Amino acid sequence: MFIINCPYCGERDQQEFKAGGEAHIERPKQPTELSDDEWAGYLFMRKNIKGVQFERWNHAHGCRKWFNMVRDTSNDEIKLIYKMGEKPPSE
Amino acid sequence: MSTNLRVKSSEFIDETIRISFKFNGKTYQGFKGDTLASALLANNIHLVGRSFKYHRPRGIMTAGSEEPNAIVQLNDKTNRTEPNVRATEVEIYEGLEASSQNCWPNVNFDIGGINNAISAFLPAGFYYKTFMWPASFWEKYEYFIRQSAGLGKSPSDNDPDIYDHRNIHCDVLVVGAGISGILAAKNAAKNNLKTLLVDEKNELGGATIYQNSEFNKIDNQSSSNWIKKEIQELKNIKNLEIKTRTSVAAFHGYNYLLARENLTDHLEKKNKQGKIRQRLLKIRAKKVILATGALERPLIFNNNDRPGIMLSSAVKKYADFYGVISGKKNVFFTNNDSAYESVLCLHNKGIKVEAIIDIRENSDSKIVKAVKDAGITIHWSHTIVDTKGYKKLSSISAMKLSNDGLSVTGKNINISCDCLGVTGGWTPAVHLFTQSGGKLVFDENNKVFLPNEYPSEQLSVGSCNGDFKIKEIINNLSINLKQFLKIKKTDFDDITVESEEENSKRNIWLLPSDKPIGKTKPFVDYQNDATAKDIKLALREGFRSIEHVKRYTTTGMGTDQGKLGNMHALGIIADTAGVKMGELGTTTFRPPYTPLTFGTIVGRNVGEYFDIFRRTPMNDWHIENKAKFENVGQWKRAWYYPINDENMHKAVQRESLAARESAGILDASTLGKIDIQGSDASEFLNRVYTNAWSKLGIGKCRYGLMLNEDGMVYDDGVTTRLGENHYIMTTTTGGAANVLGKLEDYLQTEWPELDVYLTSVTDHYATASICGPNSKKILNKIIPDLDLSEENFPHMSFKNAQIGNIKCRLMRISFTGEHSYEINVQANYGKAIWEKCMEAGKEFNITPYGTETMHLLRAEKGFIIVGQDTDGTMTPIDLQMNWIVSKKKYDFIGKRSLYRSDTMKEERKQLVGLLTDDPNIVLEEGAQIVSELNQSPVNMLGHVTSSYYSPNLKKSIALAVVRSGKNMMGKKLFIPMVDKNINVTVANPIFFDTENKRLNA
Repeated sequence: MFIINCPYCGERDQQEFKAGGEAHIERPKQPTELSDDEWAGYLFMRKNIKGVQFERWNHAHGCRKWFNMVRDTSNDEIKLIYKMGEKPPSE
Repeated sequence: MSTNLRVKSSEFIDETIRISFKFNGKTYQGFKGDTLASALLANNIHLVGRSFKYHRPRGIMTAGSEEPNAIVQLNDKTNRTEPNVRATEVEIYEGLEASSQNCWPNVNFDIGGINNAISAFLPAGFYYKTFMWPASFWEKYEYFIRQSAGLGKSPSDNDPDIYDHRNIHCDVLVVGAGISGILAAKNAAKNNLKTLLVDEKNELGGATIYQNSEFNKIDNQSSSNWIKKEIQELKNIKNLEIKTRTSVAAFHGYNYLLARENLTDHLEKKNKQGKIRQRLLKIRAKKVILATGALERPLIFNNNDRPGIMLSSAVKKYADFYGVISGKKNVFFTNNDSAYESVLCLHNKGIKVEAIIDIRENSDSKIVKAVKDAGITIHWSHTIVDTKGYKKLSSISAMKLSNDGLSVTGKNINISCDCLGVTGGWTPAVHLFTQSGGKLVFDENNKVFLPNEYPSEQLSVGSCNGDFKIKEIINNLSINLKQFLKIKKTDFDDITVESEEENSKRNIWLLPSDKPIGKTKPFVDYQNDATAKDIKLALREGFRSIEHVKRYTTTGMGTDQGKLGNMHALGIIADTAGVKMGELGTTTFRPPYTPLTFGTIVGRNVGEYFDIFRRTPMNDWHIENKAKFENVGQWKRAWYYPINDENMHKAVQRESLAARESAGILDASTLGKIDIQGSDASEFLNRVYTNAWSKLGIGKCRYGLMLNEDGMVYDDGVTTRLGENHYIMTTTTGGAANVLGKLEDYLQTEWPELDVYLTSVTDHYATASICGPNSKKILNKIIPDLDLSEENFPHMSFKNAQIGNIKCRLMRISFTGEHSYEINVQANYGKAIWEKCMEAGKEFNITPYGTETMHLLRAEKGFIIVGQDTDGTMTPIDLQMNWIVSKKKYDFIGKRSLYRSDTMKEERKQLVGLLTDDPNIVLEEGAQIVSELNQSPVNMLGHVTSSYYSPNLKKSIALAVVRSGKNMMGKKLFIPMVDKNINVTVANPIFFDTENKRLNA
């Protein structure tokens, strides 16, 4: 169980949060223009990295806000947390 | 005979307080401070239990939580009974009853002992190999195997005790209160850090507390006197909380640790009542210091398991700490100097030590010299090749070891003895460190795994870090602690420490015997009876991975998790397979370190608190009117309301008829309700529902279907436009929280530009739904001033109204196909409004109906229930609900997926109605549907999703999903059941009132 520093509420136990999968996969603005393969790419294809991964998290049992997290999936080390809409760190 | 094994009054045992307890039905005496093990030894009882597989007699081996053999059933045949408790950890109290396990009829004469005689036929994997054939016999074998499996007996009555959970946050957690733990905790707390010190024992001080040897001195005092002073000082330090009888079970990531605090197990029964028995501590520590010590390991030799064979350190602890000697004629068997401490301890108490068998060639340390000076025989370069004595050790025989340590030579030396102290060196207790994700490194010199890479802010100190001598412990602790806690100095930077040195080491994982290995029994895992030859057999049969060997031989899989023998198992595998131990690695150390009770794990979450239920404001009325309840999500919903001895079928038939013939009333409070406000609310609904919302007038209601992006139906419900920028959405009972989460997700991440605010108001409103041809008359009685005409209040519309002083939201919506109204009031008026409806409806025989009738009524109308008729693979097209999917809207959630090649396939499963040829047969929900009966393999077309006997139609009806079902109207299909085949015909899923005339009746 890790501690997550919610950008709105501060440090809280992992129990209060819900993971929301890979971050920065934008919903296509014009889905009808996409081929089946392109749409399937948006729907289904995820990197599922062992190592540093960009993720979405929701403070479900708290402020209900979504935010982004950079987490090492091999040891749960949280490298960075930033709000929705903010640019991901380049590094 | 009872107390002659007490050697001297120990300061840890209060001989003025006698305690009587029972073991296997017989009463014995012990003293306050005794464990069950020390009290049994004092009464000359070594035989405590039988081993798991061969039922060999077993005794007490250790003096701590690592005990593999002396595990007992406590207080058998009471509601507080507990199996597999280590006698070495049980503090005795007046009235304690303990009994042996895994033996029948008793521990002295155990029928299962026959397994020992036939052990040659019970090798590793015996069960896997033997009970394979014929495969169909497994069920018969299983019955008999289960009879002989398992150790203790689990309690059959409810646990009378109370358990608790507590969260603790601290700066520093110190695990283990031996010398390293005490020094670390003291210096952390003194440096203004909030510190928690825990130890599994009831006394602080670890092994140092009784370490009264001239070879170990701190500040020119014996180490035991010095540590006692330190402990005294600890008690006055602010910032320091000390918890004894507290065993850390698990060390998770982010320094989250779980510990069990034992509060009443050592108390007499009368003092246990009403108190919390055990508490699970959930500890978040900024820094963790592990001072978990080391476990002495045995040596692996032929017949090394007899009662009377103990760890050398345990012999010493029983003598020094409990004042109990484990035997009158002692022999020690060692590969290092620590046995000599035990020898001197006994010798100084006047207890006879017959001989020492040492596999080393020599040792010239001071302590060995002292033993030599005492005139005790030492057989250097010797090993024990066999032991004798069935229920108690009677003699050992030793022979000279060859130089390579693989064989023995010369003559047998036989020594008669009743206690053998064994030591094979020390294994750092790195269990918690590795649980936390720490990586180990193998130290070839000391043959131990040591902490190497720390995954979090933690430090291992003392012998769990490989520092075994007091001098190393204190010197290294001083350096490491300053760095770890970022402090300038410690209290013991300049302290003088003298401790013995050890230079001579010899490690042989499996000691040879004069007999071939096949004829020997060198136990590696005592509890599970895994021997070295089992491990060798596994390797011969091709197992290589340590994890596989473990499972095949069951080494390390007992309740003790192989705390004693795991290192030897690894060593034997490494030697046999010719690999290095460091490369072989270890098996995974999993929590808990010692077993936990279920009570501790669940704490207060028992009974009605196990899984909290939500109840509607009308719940009391339902109970008063004898409703049966069903669980829907977290809710308790009224299922049906039987009158007299009606069964469910009869009650539902009556309720269904009444709802269509006159009036019915349903508690619909559990439906999810989300308040949606904002200038973009209409646009938002347009994007989340499949149908169009922008043109919905204020005061109107509309049914909506919500998809996932993959095009599959996710939820449905009616949404009402309360104002220009204000809607109230209803969701399914079970889906409410997920729908809100999903909507928030889109709002916050995909469409942050939309001005929309969502609030869950499910609990704010109570909802009564009245349906049936007389519903209008009933509503008119309740709200006489409201115009209920079709013009003013048509189907799918909304009115604000008032019932007396109670404001309500009225919706004319229907899930039954009948003319109906939904009355929403502030939740705390729910029961009052419900009763008012019942009162007003009395003359129309208004009938309360539950979820079962609701399901039947909607099935008659072919209305789907998301989650019953859909399963996450159904699109609205599959449901034949094309009418609700907007063709005009450019986009909505899931729209693109409806045009994927897969979702457009004609041969997808589609929702259809099914009618049985015999109208009295009601299909089973989940039953499979086929078109050919004699096909092999049979082609399964789909399954029944909803099925009822409809009293209004006087026949059975069913909804089903069938491959290409849309095009099968009128086709005959079959439902094969165990005892018959049922003939069915595909039909329109709307069975009743296909023209919807009743809505406006």
